[in-house]
Amino acid sequence: MTAIQIDRVSRWFGNVVAVNDITMTIGPGVTGLLGPNGAGKSTLINMMAGFLPPSSGSVTLDGAPIWRNEQVYKAIGLVPEREAMYDFLTGKDFVIANAELHGLGAAAAQKALATVEMEYAQDRKISTYSKGMRQRVKMASALVHEPSVLLLDEPFNGMDPRQRMHLMDLLRQMGAEGRTVLFSSHILEEVEQLAAHIEVIVAGRHAASGDFRKIRRLMTDRPHRYLVRSSDDRALAAALIADASTAGIELDWTEKALRIQAIDFTRFTELLPRVAREHGIRLYTVQPSDESLESVFSYLVAA
Amino acid sequence: MYNPTVARLTYRALLGRRRALIMFALPALLIIIASVVRALVGPDDDVAAELLGGFALGAMVPLIGVVAGTGAIAPEIDDSSIVYVLAKPIPRSTIIMTKLVVAIGVTMAFSAIPTLIAGYILNNNSQQLAAAYAIATLIASIAYAAVFLLLGTVTKHAVVFGLVYALVWEALFGSLVPGARALSIQQWAQAVVEKVGRGDFITSEVSTATGAVLLVVVTVAATWYAMRRLRVLTLAGEE
Repeated sequence: MTAIQIDRVSRWFGNVVAVNDITMTIGPGVTGLLGPNGAGKSTLINMMAGFLPPSSGSVTLDGAPIWRNEQVYKAIGLVPEREAMYDFLTGKDFVIANAELHGLGAAAAQKALATVEMEYAQDRKISTYSKGMRQRVKMASALVHEPSVLLLDEPFNGMDPRQRMHLMDLLRQMGAEGRTVLFSSHILEEVEQLAAHIEVIVAGRHAASGDFRKIRRLMTDRPHRYLVRSSDDRALAAALIADASTAGIELDWTEKALRIQAIDFTRFTELLPRVAREHGIRLYTVQPSDESLESVFSYLVAA
Repeated sequence: MYNPTVARLTYRALLGRRRALIMFALPALLIIIASVVRALVGPDDDVAAELLGGFALGAMVPLIGVVAGTGAIAPEIDDSSIVYVLAKPIPRSTIIMTKLVVAIGVTMAFSAIPTLIAGYILNNNSQQLAAAYAIATLIASIAYAAVFLLLGTVTKHAVVFGLVYALVWEALFGSLVPGARALSIQQWAQAVVEKVGRGDFITSEVSTATGAVLLVVVTVAATWYAMRRLRVLTLAGEE
């Protein structure tokens, strides 16, 4: 059993605090590190991967410090977010080089290439690869030594749905084998499909931790705000406020639109078109005004 | 202290980039100039010493050193592909040593061989000038590679700083300001081979012993510091 302990870790860059007093343990199984862009996910992963020292606190692998300790890479496999690889090599040469750097041979490389289903393109130069192919070769390079800890920074970026499903299966399988798998993502659905355990980071802080259902509920139960334009805003407002799913409606004169606050998300999305049809009102604009991830997450932090 | 896989990656990165063209162009230029000079003025020891010292050792070696020394590590740090090498159970000192050996080897190959050939073209190695300058380029290659490799681990603008050092300090100040000449890898290398060439064609600001000691000190210090830098290399997130 291998676990990464993050103990009261902060990291700042000059005056900017990227990670703020986070304590968590990443153990066996698949853990999703969820947060909006700029939340500090990469900073945290870089510290777990030994490429950034914490400004305060400690990051350890089964008790051993990770910073300035290259021995940890016997246990850790890293899939960085950055695209850059040795583009002048073929996929096969690249993975073989990674295996050799672990003291392994071509057989280990071949096995890793088979695992990520990249054998068909292994003799092409990496510079000719698509984003998804690059991602899989990066994955193969991290798997050559069958690490007990796998760290992946935004691994699903640029993958098509089929590749995404395949990688998810692979990570699930690795988690089931008892390996510690941590991946970061800013997309809730990705994390929800794959990780039983979720750690949420918002603005450098540890916002939530635990089962995805709990976090999902926190995220969907918040009030939703919509901007709606219609052929008759007043009539629509009157009809909507009668229903319990609506908490408040405002006529915005400058925008010439309704600002609606809904409590029950599912019921409201069903209610709005029905009410409009019944009253013969045409809907011109229905726009969620706080659907951006940042607002979802900031609601989570407040909760 | 040497990892063949790191070496292979470094060689391919160095010789595969467009920058590598300058490593072929400069030696070619040297040999062309040598041929033209020989055809126009015939064998002449003064001209040979001038060209081998001024162009081969004074400009070509530092420029090739910049390309090979910084090129052995800076582009990988720049695009952070070096992660794949660093995230392995290999001491960072081994990675630096390996890259240094490669940078030295490439600098030597592209500077000493053409210098020797140019020397033979110019005056058939008369006064042992070709041999002396070829040895000087070999010695200078070691120190240049170490200094520029360090530069590659210290700054994103390694090539710019390297060129400023090579062209402005070594070539310009080195020839104008006497004090600066004493602080120049080119002068130290010349000091070491002063006695190899016959006659008084090769001179230096410093004594042979001083030159040798300074070369060793600079090479060892630069390598040591580059190792330290790589041990604490950080990757800031993209956010």
